[in-house]
Amino acid sequence: MSADQPTTTIASRRAEVAAALADVARTPGAAKPDPIVVADHVTRHFGGMTAVDVDHLEVQRGAITALIGPNGAGKTTLFNLLTGFDRPSTGEWTFEGRSLHGVAAARVARSGMVRTFQLTKALSRMTVIENMRLGAPDQPGERLVTALVPAMWRPREKAITEQAEELLERFKLDTKRDDFAGSLSGGQRKLLEMARALMSSPKMLMLDEPMAGVNPALTQSLLGHIESLRDEGTTVLFVEHDMHMVRHISDWVVVMAEGRIVAEGPPESVMQDQAVVDAYLGKHHDTDLGDDSLLSDEVTEQLEAEVRAEEDTRTEETR
Amino acid sequence: MDWNNILTNVAGEFFAPTTAAYALAAIGLNIHFGLTGLINMGQAGFMLLGAYGFAISTIAGWPLWAAMLVAVACAAVFGLILGIPTLKLRGDYLAIVTIAAAEIVRLIGRSTALTELTGASSGLRGNDYKHTFQDSSPFGDGNFQLGPFDYSMSASNSWWVRIVGWTVVGLACLLVWLLIRSPWGRVLKGIREDEDAVRSLGKNVYSYKMQALILGGCIGALAGILYVLPRAVQPDSMGRPMTFFVWTILLLGGAATVFGPVLGSIIFWASLMLIKSVMRAGVPDSIMRTEQIEQFGWIVVGVTLMLLIIFRPQGILGDKKELAIDVR
Repeated sequence: MSADQPTTTIASRRAEVAAALADVARTPGAAKPDPIVVADHVTRHFGGMTAVDVDHLEVQRGAITALIGPNGAGKTTLFNLLTGFDRPSTGEWTFEGRSLHGVAAARVARSGMVRTFQLTKALSRMTVIENMRLGAPDQPGERLVTALVPAMWRPREKAITEQAEELLERFKLDTKRDDFAGSLSGGQRKLLEMARALMSSPKMLMLDEPMAGVNPALTQSLLGHIESLRDEGTTVLFVEHDMHMVRHISDWVVVMAEGRIVAEGPPESVMQDQAVVDAYLGKHHDTDLGDDSLLSDEVTEQLEAEVRAEEDTRTEETR
Repeated sequence: MDWNNILTNVAGEFFAPTTAAYALAAIGLNIHFGLTGLINMGQAGFMLLGAYGFAISTIAGWPLWAAMLVAVACAAVFGLILGIPTLKLRGDYLAIVTIAAAEIVRLIGRSTALTELTGASSGLRGNDYKHTFQDSSPFGDGNFQLGPFDYSMSASNSWWVRIVGWTVVGLACLLVWLLIRSPWGRVLKGIREDEDAVRSLGKNVYSYKMQALILGGCIGALAGILYVLPRAVQPDSMGRPMTFFVWTILLLGGAATVFGPVLGSIIFWASLMLIKSVMRAGVPDSIMRTEQIEQFGWIVVGVTLMLLIIFRPQGILGDKKELAIDVR
């Protein structure tokens, strides 16, 4: 984010993305004009439980897409599948036109899709700057033989350190440069994890609940960072279950419930969607859909029946 | 009590070939555990394989360098075989598999089916494989006395094996020092902390763990050669206890430090010698016989290790600050 004209760039960039998404249908699995990720028939079963059952999903390039839904909706599982941290039961998906099915997590990251974790994985016993350096790609010193000859990796190390210091400054962590990451607060760790992910200049950043456990002041700055990433052309997909955070910054919202995508649309309109209201408040607003103990056969059958009925009415409506 | 004799014995342990061999084995284990967080409970297996590889190929008539290569290659293949199924799993699996695999190596080595090759449970006599190493000595025959220490120049438990042994230890320390400070070492440290985080940054965690396992194992194989040069290859003397001594040495000196394994080995063997010599001289036979004193020495070592883990878990050279950080 440049200091001189932050508001204009953000506004124009946001408007650009909004214009691109204006004609996209507000239905689950809608096709996007310029998708960076396209997923088809992705399912993941844990025993008899279906955690994720996504028929079709496209993520618009250069936009901030929020993936929301109540607890246990399968958001994180879908995230793990897309980033190679988990293997799907069925399904295919591509990132920038290349299939990522069965590709190992490290290679997914190297191809430009970098993720963070819901439970922050700052490497506690390493300093902040070492954490940052670890995020950089193409360091020849990370190969065993070249590691023994400092002359082979020192120049790259210097470049990496400069890049890391710039990012730390931007994320206001520069004063913590030489502290152990374990001594940072929860929110600062989230910032560090995000900054570390940016070391490889990813094309797409996947943030798993970036706001969880972060105090309100830091939340604002986190949101600002996410927006400025979009303005620099990075695609952002983030998981969140608090709708109000999402409304501020996202260009597009995908709503999941019980493993399926139940609604899609711009943040303003998606809130009005009946499926979303049901998912969040719904007929069972005092029932936690993520609570496994409640997923007895009877309840599941009852819920499935309701979903079927709902789908029927919706198809009638669209007709 | 002959203090002069006791102290000479203790000081002799400071630079004994066995001390060097254990230091080297602990350096290898340090690459596994200290740098990468791999729990290898079978370092003795790597050492025994190295010893067998060296001894058998020397007996077959191979030159010194080729025999050493065979030893290192055996350890590399062993590491590969252990690593392929286990390194994708959680750390404890590696611990179980390595301790079992080391036992398998020992049991196969002492089985009568291989008597011609390994000498079964009686092992291989030192004189059958020592000659290439002794012939490589520039010192010739005879003895040399330095202060109270009187050893042969080249034969068996010699000055030559001490010089070579400690040179190798020094080179291994240099290697670890270079690696610990390199980006390669940084990736290993990241893996030790949280391998999923490192994976999410695009590093092939599996490959790094494999490299660490093989590198540490190869250093273990060299330690095995060094260990058997002044004695014989005895499979039963290179079993589980040996692995545990190597662990004790590593934790005593301080894991993830450069000189921890060396310091640990020196203190371990010197204090063991001190306890045993003092008791042999000071405790009458009616209370404890010589072989009981031997056992008692190990008991003291065990108790010391427990106290160490409780009161100084980072070891002598370890960084308390680093260890004190709460990993959430």
